[in-house]
Amino acid sequence: MEEMRARPGEYSMPPLIVCEHCDAVYQRRTLARGESARCQRCHAVLYRAPWLSVHAMLALTVTAMLCFVMANSWPIVALGLNGKDNASTLWGAIIAVWGAGVPLIAVLAALTLFFFPLAQILLFTWVLMFLRFHRRPPAFAPAMRAIRLLRPWAMIEVFMLGTLVALTKVSSLFDLEMRPGVILFAGLTVTLTLVTTFDVRDLWTLKQERCR
Amino acid sequence: MTGAPVRSARALGLCGCHVCGLVMRAPGPDQAAVCPRCGARVHLRKPHSLASCWALLLSAMMLYIPANVLPIMRTGTLFSKEDNTILSGVVELYRNGSWDLAVIVFVASIMVPMLKFLALITLLVSTQRGSSWASTHRAKLYRVVELVGYWSMLDVFVVTLLVALVNFQPLAEVEPLPGVVYFGLVVVLTMLASMSFDPRLIWDNDPSHADIDMHKGTSDE
Repeated sequence: MEEMRARPGEYSMPPLIVCEHCDAVYQRRTLARGESARCQRCHAVLYRAPWLSVHAMLALTVTAMLCFVMANSWPIVALGLNGKDNASTLWGAIIAVWGAGVPLIAVLAALTLFFFPLAQILLFTWVLMFLRFHRRPPAFAPAMRAIRLLRPWAMIEVFMLGTLVALTKVSSLFDLEMRPGVILFAGLTVTLTLVTTFDVRDLWTLKQERCR
Repeated sequence: MTGAPVRSARALGLCGCHVCGLVMRAPGPDQAAVCPRCGARVHLRKPHSLASCWALLLSAMMLYIPANVLPIMRTGTLFSKEDNTILSGVVELYRNGSWDLAVIVFVASIMVPMLKFLALITLLVSTQRGSSWASTHRAKLYRVVELVGYWSMLDVFVVTLLVALVNFQPLAEVEPLPGVVYFGLVVVLTMLASMSFDPRLIWDNDPSHADIDMHKGTSDE
């Protein structure tokens, strides 16, 4: 029992791991790349071997950031009718919905498609940048908690599918013209999905290893 | 992983932090503690898990009725105006020959919320009765609910985009209608409901782990 007690200020790699889904306790062991450990009792994944280095994680996060900025700078698609063109960015859509009398939906879309993904990317960039240079990231713990809290609420991939459905619905009535935004949103979907697979618990281990 | 019998952290007087994974001494059954490493709140079990899950789930189920009965958007042309509900949108996609997308929208907007209601009711009732029936399957069911829940937001984003793009007054326009607000609320509420459910409760009555449970009889529900 004595060795399990957390000693303040000194946490080596935790020798124990508790299954988040069923509370079973296991001895942690080092996994080979690509391996994952599953809970014996509830079969949930306990942890995976980290598959990317800090450098790769940072590179992916920065890519996601570039995609995010560009995806929001260009219109996503344009519809044409009788020679008139109508294009919209994500913000354009949010503002249009606000103006059309459903502000709640505008707020929901702004949070899940803009602010939450942006916050995720910024927080990961912040933390990984310091870790990359073996520095202790300021506000590391609150950043980690925020990342954990935001995870279920960023919905770029749902928006991507929504775009496809929306365009199919109107494709017979209007001329469709893809704008750069649609490709960049696809890029953002892929990179952000990869970024959010980073296990927050691994970042704690990384911090211990890299910042002495 | 090992052949040894599974022991629950609670039975060992331990508790794992959900944010950083640190394993620490457990707080008392009703006490909140803060993780010494990352400062996240740590509970032996989420407080009032079943009560808040029921409350959120029932609110979501009530709002699900107007979300499906009321139209979510109005498509207007020079000559006609047509109100679309979630279901009529699926039918329209199917009639226009995109049966694949019709299936996707049907699954995301109609099946997933229904499935979530049924799944959460099953989990809540079985947990409240202290059942140890099909624990592994119930645990899996919970993970599926967590994984697919937010895809129901699909129709909300479809309306958002169409409102912005189809804006050729007076020839053609799309207006959002109140149904979409109810639908968005249903999705958010079911997500909150599944988050407030503590899956560890499924295992607290599992007879297969024969530990002497220190806190048994003083659980938080």
